[in-house]
Amino acid sequence: MALTDSGSMIAQPRQGQGSLLNNAAFRAGVYQAITLAVVIGGFWYLVNNTITNMSQRGMAAGFDFLTASAGFSVSFTLIPYKESDSYWRVFQVGMANTLLVAAVSAALATAMGLIIGLARLSNNWVIRNLSRWYVEILRNTPLLLQIIAWYFGVFTLLPNPRASMNWSDTFFLNNRGLYFPAPVPESGFGIFLAILAISIAGAAGVILWGRRRRLLTGRIAPVALPALAAMVIVPALAFLALGSPLAFDRPALQGFNFRGGINVPPAFCALVIALSVYTSCFIAETIRAGIQSVGRGQTEAAKALGVSSSRTMQSIILPQALRVIIPPSISQYLNLTKNSSLAIAIGFPDLVSVWMNTALNQSGRAIPIVAMTMAFYCVVSLSVSLLLNIYNRRVLLKER
Amino acid sequence: MLKTILSFVAMTAAAAATAPAQAQATLNQVKARGSLNCQVGTPTAGFYALAADGTWSGMDVDMCRAVAAAVFNDPKKVQFQSVTSAVRFTSLANGESDMLSRTTTWTAVRDTQLGLEFAGINFYDGQGLMVPKAANIKSAKELNNATVCVLTGTTTELNIADFYRANNMTFKAVTAENENVLITTYLGGGCDVYTNDKSGLAAIRSAFPKPDEHMILPETISKEPLGPVVRHGDQNWGDIVRWTLNGLIEAEEGGVTSANVDEMLKSTNPAIKRLLGVEGNIGEGMGLTKDFMVRVIKGVGNYGEIYERNVGAKTPVNIPRDGSLNALWTKGGILYAPPFR
Ligand SMILES: N[C@@H](CCC(=O)N[C@@H](CS)C(=O)NCC(=O)O)C(=O)O
Repeated sequence: MALTDSGSMIAQPRQGQGSLLNNAAFRAGVYQAITLAVVIGGFWYLVNNTITNMSQRGMAAGFDFLTASAGFSVSFTLIPYKESDSYWRVFQVGMANTLLVAAVSAALATAMGLIIGLARLSNNWVIRNLSRWYVEILRNTPLLLQIIAWYFGVFTLLPNPRASMNWSDTFFLNNRGLYFPAPVPESGFGIFLAILAISIAGAAGVILWGRRRRLLTGRIAPVALPALAAMVIVPALAFLALGSPLAFDRPALQGFNFRGGINVPPAFCALVIALSVYTSCFIAETIRAGIQSVGRGQTEAAKALGVSSSRTMQSIILPQALRVIIPPSISQYLNLTKNSSLAIAIGFPDLVSVWMNTALNQSGRAIPIVAMTMAFYCVVSLSVSLLLNIYNRRVLLKER
Repeated sequence: MLKTILSFVAMTAAAAATAPAQAQATLNQVKARGSLNCQVGTPTAGFYALAADGTWSGMDVDMCRAVAAAVFNDPKKVQFQSVTSAVRFTSLANGESDMLSRTTTWTAVRDTQLGLEFAGINFYDGQGLMVPKAANIKSAKELNNATVCVLTGTTTELNIADFYRANNMTFKAVTAENENVLITTYLGGGCDVYTNDKSGLAAIRSAFPKPDEHMILPETISKEPLGPVVRHGDQNWGDIVRWTLNGLIEAEEGGVTSANVDEMLKSTNPAIKRLLGVEGNIGEGMGLTKDFMVRVIKGVGNYGEIYERNVGAKTPVNIPRDGSLNALWTKGGILYAPPFR
């Protein structure tokens, strides 16, 4: 009896309700909750205190200004904006502009980085060394300098609108920026978009089916190319059958400036080019390192087995190289997004320039505005790194 | 941008320290430091010009020097801080500067919401538009669809938007925080029009390689009363700046100049006696000495002397004073100081 009693007394703490304190998971939970409460409490104290002190000094604080009309114009907006819109709209305009710059620059940087990275591995001495100097020079000069050089050294020196550089009356480049036709959807364009979507989905389905079959049976079904071709040809035919339901609004010189079409201001061009050129150097180096990290023996082995060189790249080298390429690329894309705030130097209205500079100065609400800006960059960085981490997990070596 | 962040951090830190320790103490801080921290803009002719040897001069610079003379008997005891328009108020609010004197327009929002106090008006101005003469434009009404260069963080960018809206015209803004970026863009043809306060346009143009190739259009599209600014909450310091400015205007009205101020001490005119502290003790009431205006006038001259020396018709900036708003009220202008009594 005594034995069983004491035995149950030792066993009890594990399941009993009275002794939660001895439960490791519970304790960890409590510590985390306390830490969180302290952090939130501390933050709240700081914010509250700051707002109180600011109002004591006659400085307006708080978020009420967000609904007030901003009253200033923004030189480039991706989303519609007019001067009578609210400060909240200015915030959205700034976010949209920053995301646009980041997305366009990231795409260009990746494309250029891929080309330069492969060129660095070229067997041709000239190509190899040219790409090497491209990387060495551009990577080792300050980005701010490059942005200013592109703006003042290239884009403000372009001819005036009347003397624009002109490509078949469709594309114009002058010291007010780049002008190109704006697409104007007409009736039937919706149907075309639907057909396009179905074609893309169909092609993707066929390719996935081919891959599954290859994995299951080891047989390679040559479906990828035909599927891709169909994906292009079917919508193209549909487009013609629907009577080309897309018109273009071409820019034309009228008075001072071009009217119509889409205008990309010089500051945007300079910023995007500088950012993508600069970032492409880092991406090129990452890609080169990734490819070199896959042992030469594997290429040779594939060759010995008679695997074609494009398939070697596709199925052997790239899947392994990507594991090395992706993590550092994540930080390059994040850097690019944050570097885009250098836009302020040449007056491109990104979030920092239009929100943390213009709106802050016009409204005087430093605390809410800086907090909102930081929150934006934080959310963007965390989401980019989350997405790329998910992708990274997928390309990780699957150890079976 | 770094500056904004730094000032933000400083401001948060200051605010988190709970006590509004700064109030009432600016004069003591300035005296203890031995110099006045006065904020001006990025160097601009006539208002805050920077010479090659590092000395500052100009209308607004002289306002700083006048306050330094009032406090220290030495118009040279000023540390000038040059910051862009966009961060000027943050820089003043967090205590980096004791006052700012830099073509800043007195507006309701600035006065009531930014923790600022306007100490008066030292230049009555209005916004104008500058275009290259070659463009052959005669009036602002011809500027529909134009590209306009505007400095961000200013009343300028608000007014130009209002102007175009009111006239049912459209424009495209090219904005920058840095005046030099904007001027280079304008001179390179990146915009059709450069807009700013008319005084600012005259000042900028005077520094162009070929000033006569540009003209300021006749229209004035806004009211820009420019003056020195201090932090809200230290009334005494605000009084010192306000009455130094009023004293400069009063001195011109009474005919007191840097050349004759010593003789004027013997004047029998009671208004002049009060201004120079021979009678009454307005200066002591503010924590200065009775004769602070004597030192100010000896140091920088009266308002008229300051005007002519820096932006008058004989200077490159060339903003003729006669017949303008900045003439004394006795001479058809609206420059008018409350009585010094
Ligand atoms: N008066 C307007 C505009 C003043 C302004 O932009 N002035 C110009 C030239 S007079 C200037 O401050 N430039 C120098 C700088 O941006 O630091 C305001 O207070 O917002």
